[in-house]
Amino acid sequence: MKGAEALMRSLEKEGVDFVFGLPGGANLPIYDALVDAKIRHILVRHEQSAAHMADGYARIKRKAGVCFATSGPGATNLITGIATAYADSSPMVAVTGQVPLEMIGKDAFQETDIIGVANPCTKYTFQPRKATEIPETVKKGFYIAESGRPGPVLIDIPKDVQQDSQDIEFPDLIKVRGYNPTIDCDLSTIGKAAELLMAAERPIIMSGGGVILSGAFSELEVLAELLLTPVVTTFKGKGSFPENHSLAMGPIGMHGHAEANKIILEADCILAIGARFSDRSVGRFDEFGKGMSIIHMDIDPAEIGKNKSVDVAIVGDVKSSMKTMIKLLSKKMVKRSAENPWLRRRKELVDYYAESIKDYPRDLTARKVLKKLRQALPSEAIVTTEVGQCQMWTSLHFDVISPGTFFSSTGLGTMGFGFPAAIGAKAAKQDVPVVDIAGDGSFNMSENSLAVSVLENLPVIVILLNNYMLGMVAQWQRTFYNRRYEGVHLHNCPDYTKIADAYGAQGIKVQSLAELDNAIRSALKSNVATVIDIPIDPEEDVYPFVAPGTGLKDMIVGS
Amino acid sequence: MSQIDSNPERKSSDNIYILSALVEDKPGVLFRVTNLFRARNFNIESITVGYSEAADLSRMTITTRSDDRTLDQLVKQLGKLIDVVEVRVLDRANTVYRELALIKMNAQDPTSRAEITNLASVFRGKILDIDKFTLTVEITGTPSKIDAFRNLVSDFGIVQLARTGVSALPRGAV
Repeated sequence: MKGAEALMRSLEKEGVDFVFGLPGGANLPIYDALVDAKIRHILVRHEQSAAHMADGYARIKRKAGVCFATSGPGATNLITGIATAYADSSPMVAVTGQVPLEMIGKDAFQETDIIGVANPCTKYTFQPRKATEIPETVKKGFYIAESGRPGPVLIDIPKDVQQDSQDIEFPDLIKVRGYNPTIDCDLSTIGKAAELLMAAERPIIMSGGGVILSGAFSELEVLAELLLTPVVTTFKGKGSFPENHSLAMGPIGMHGHAEANKIILEADCILAIGARFSDRSVGRFDEFGKGMSIIHMDIDPAEIGKNKSVDVAIVGDVKSSMKTMIKLLSKKMVKRSAENPWLRRRKELVDYYAESIKDYPRDLTARKVLKKLRQALPSEAIVTTEVGQCQMWTSLHFDVISPGTFFSSTGLGTMGFGFPAAIGAKAAKQDVPVVDIAGDGSFNMSENSLAVSVLENLPVIVILLNNYMLGMVAQWQRTFYNRRYEGVHLHNCPDYTKIADAYGAQGIKVQSLAELDNAIRSALKSNVATVIDIPIDPEEDVYPFVAPGTGLKDMIVGS
Repeated sequence: MSQIDSNPERKSSDNIYILSALVEDKPGVLFRVTNLFRARNFNIESITVGYSEAADLSRMTITTRSDDRTLDQLVKQLGKLIDVVEVRVLDRANTVYRELALIKMNAQDPTSRAEITNLASVFRGKILDIDKFTLTVEITGTPSKIDAFRNLVSDFGIVQLARTGVSALPRGAV
């Protein structure tokens, strides 16, 4: 059996049904073996999109997405997508072709030291040197990518190793001795945390992306209802808790919900679950959490104390930690009354900001569009975003009802992510609508994936909030640089309905909310991708806003 | 380097720590470790790597200057590297550690040669090489001993100097 065939058998054994990729000189043997494999290949138009598709697939399927690229530029094109997955702890196995072993280090045509390039943005990298090593490498790769805190793994296979024919065995068991992710938490830390939470007058839960990665949605709901705590999320944790729940407060952070940013500062005990206290979520590390006790649940021991010192650290899979905590609290806890001052304060804040934050004075605004979208979509629809204002408006104005149906490039903030990631998500779950909430700047970066969506019959809906601007940068130039605009005007170019048309997709331009409603209905019925081009005012800013380098208390609520 | 066992001026929260790690003996491991230090802004004072007691593991000794919190992060981040099988911070009071230095000095006149030879013998150093112009001495010891010797001989003019960095093991039974 050839190395490339061993790769296919190994991927099949891992249950891989889709790979996203683009062939080239150094991975031709892999593509030859793909012809006979029981794996569907999705041909992309740029390798970066292959990595984003694999990422989107992984976030919905909660198992590693797989992408292929050739050596050199093919492999380096994957890197932005790999770094995106790394920043958001998304499991991925990227397989790159490499020049033959004897050519490595000779600056051969399309040779890049991709192991060196990928090292800082992968959980691990492999370069099998013999065909016989491939099955073990793939098995280890999936194990590392999917277990513990998930992340991307790169397997770089020299062309001669792909072609080499050997007697190849497939191991059932593998061991990686330097890798032992902690799954079960230490019981004594749970006890300490429970005591802090029971003693707290104003406890709050901050739910992060780890809750989604762990699929711990029902545990979070049970825990919140047991403790009767308001629940804020990080942006990555958006959708870990139903945003229409009576305890939900929405995301905190730079463009968090005003009531969420406000209430977290008033808490006396915070239970952070699967969150990493990023600057975008908590503002200044030194200011955040003053005067409150902090309990931190996370699977990654290195996250404990990285940005924020904590009172109790619970290291382990957050689903299992929460289960243990629920058991303990159910026995010990005296039930709180729902009529307590802390929950009254929650309601007061929600009502106050609902009343005081006014929409931008136009007929068609991002807020109105996203509220309309929420009404029109079924709750199980999967929603992702591009990066910039469109993303932050989604955080603010689009409520995720069904847990785990939302994701975005939250850590790396990769423009061009949303559309290919939506296609990957559609591949993972073909029976629900998938929507990319986009801005024109980001969509422009990966619009060529329209070809993939149309030809591969993976239709998604693009809600294009089109302000003819790199809107977030323009907002910062408006706010911090005295309206000195540079490099932000995209003008009305291209015409996105014509772009959609050119690819055989459906393009609809809307000028009113009524037209938008019709367009979404038409998109939901369509069996090709639909781009809904919605012109909005380029001066519409995202508020609230916590300026970089300041604390949540410095939140600016409106212009 | 001298701070490892002396105490000159420094940021009060910073200390020198010695870390000992067992790592997979395969290509790219040193790169992964040093890349981690660079990417996360950790300090490396010295790093040594070589065979360990196990055939397929290397032992890395890293000395680093950091505060307690950074040290905690450093150990956790190193522990996360898949090729790092074990990492521990050595308690200096219960650790043996040594460094080796090769120092080539100007020694053109007989007086210099005699004096350097004398000083070297006080430091239990060895003369490794001698020619008409220079003399090369090997000194083994704690980094501060090497610093002391270096200071003593600096007036002769140091032509070349090579230090290995610290190797260390905990005292007693494991």
